[in-house]
Amino acid sequence: MKLVYFSAASENTHRFVLKLQTNGTRVDAIRLPMGRNAPAPLITDPYILLVPTYGCGNPRTAVPRPVARFLNIEANRALLRGVISSGNTNFGSSYCMAGRMIADKCAVPHLDSFELLGTQEDVSRIRERLLTA
Amino acid sequence: MTTTPALRGVPAINWNRVTDDIDADVWDRLTSNFWLPEKVPLSNDLSSWRTLTADEQTMTTRVFAGLTMLDTIQSTVGAISLMPDARTPHEEAVYTNIAFMESVHAKSYSSIFSTLLSTDEIDDAFRWSEENENLQRKAKIVLDNYWGDDPEKRKVASTMLESFLFYSGFYAPMYWSSRAKLTNTADLIRLIIRDEAVHGYYIGYKFQLAAAEASPERQAELKDFTFTLLQELYDNEDAYTEDLYDPLGLTEDVKMFLRYNSNKALMNLGYEALFPKEATAVNPAILAALSPSADENHDFFSGSGSSYVMGKAVDTQDEDWEF
Repeated sequence: MKLVYFSAASENTHRFVLKLQTNGTRVDAIRLPMGRNAPAPLITDPYILLVPTYGCGNPRTAVPRPVARFLNIEANRALLRGVISSGNTNFGSSYCMAGRMIADKCAVPHLDSFELLGTQEDVSRIRERLLTA
Repeated sequence: MTTTPALRGVPAINWNRVTDDIDADVWDRLTSNFWLPEKVPLSNDLSSWRTLTADEQTMTTRVFAGLTMLDTIQSTVGAISLMPDARTPHEEAVYTNIAFMESVHAKSYSSIFSTLLSTDEIDDAFRWSEENENLQRKAKIVLDNYWGDDPEKRKVASTMLESFLFYSGFYAPMYWSSRAKLTNTADLIRLIIRDEAVHGYYIGYKFQLAAAEASPERQAELKDFTFTLLQELYDNEDAYTEDLYDPLGLTEDVKMFLRYNSNKALMNLGYEALFPKEATAVNPAILAALSPSADENHDFFSGSGSSYVMGKAVDTQDEDWEF
């Protein structure tokens, strides 16, 4: 299935997506624009959303703003099939909170999560998940 | 005789012209995370402290003395040493926040000490920290880089300290928390752990920006340096962990936590994890202790432990959501 993802200037999530593409597999991935006010794209196929958790435990800022703006578009929300999130266990109970919040709000499954850049195991597991979804 | 340089072109920081959004983002995160140890009711831990055996108290005290030393270094040398090479004035400002917050962390351990220990016991703990070879070696390795002339190696050493070297110490309060002991102390340590995550992320990010601009030879040198430094620090952490935890039989469990966190330090620097999954299998009780509100219902105001300031509700209103 198609992947839609957000990655900030730190490029952490972007690099995770690049790793999904290796080993001859091709994951169709669309990166959301970074700018605070950049217009959100309109998606036309079912997709899985990959989102890093922001906000250091503050639910008000856990979901990156461009992701919220993207999901505010009803047509985009209607095609969302699941969420994958990343985070840092240092933030305790807020670990991967962005994924849980979106899953709750949009009533889709929180399919998977990983820490920071993700390990090799995370990459293969999530690649498999996307290719079979 | 010295003369005052002409005051022309001295820049003033303009937060309305931010060139790297991450500077502003991290500044906001750090300032909204601000806390002071006085807000945590540490004295409620006295009764559980008294249930610890002498060996357990010694280990815990030494752990905090070691952490105090690392926070002191990071505040007074580490964060400051990054300022001259800041890419933006906002980056410099973020380092002033990091430096100050590390001083708050260092002072927090003194709050813990004054709650739990006598003056003599506190003095003993500080003496131990100055005499323990492995702790001193850890400080020396880091300081040599902070005082060295390579700005990128300073960032690597700083990220290692923030994201890896603290964790031989952080294990202990998480261990006690998992056994429902010293829960207020654990609350305070969780606040520190949260801050260190932002510090490691940010310094690692600034390292990656510099590395991305470097020549392939320089990139290879920095990568080689990073993994060599990690190995040197890891070997030392191994020995330091044995000093602290061997009497309690916890050493192997702590080492899992060390390797897990050293992988995270590497990731903050943009490198792949080094240790495989089976070498980083952190005890689930320790991971659960990092995330207290998932399985504890203690209330901050009653002082019985758990997560002050940390968000509990998953779903809240946010002006960004329109549905």
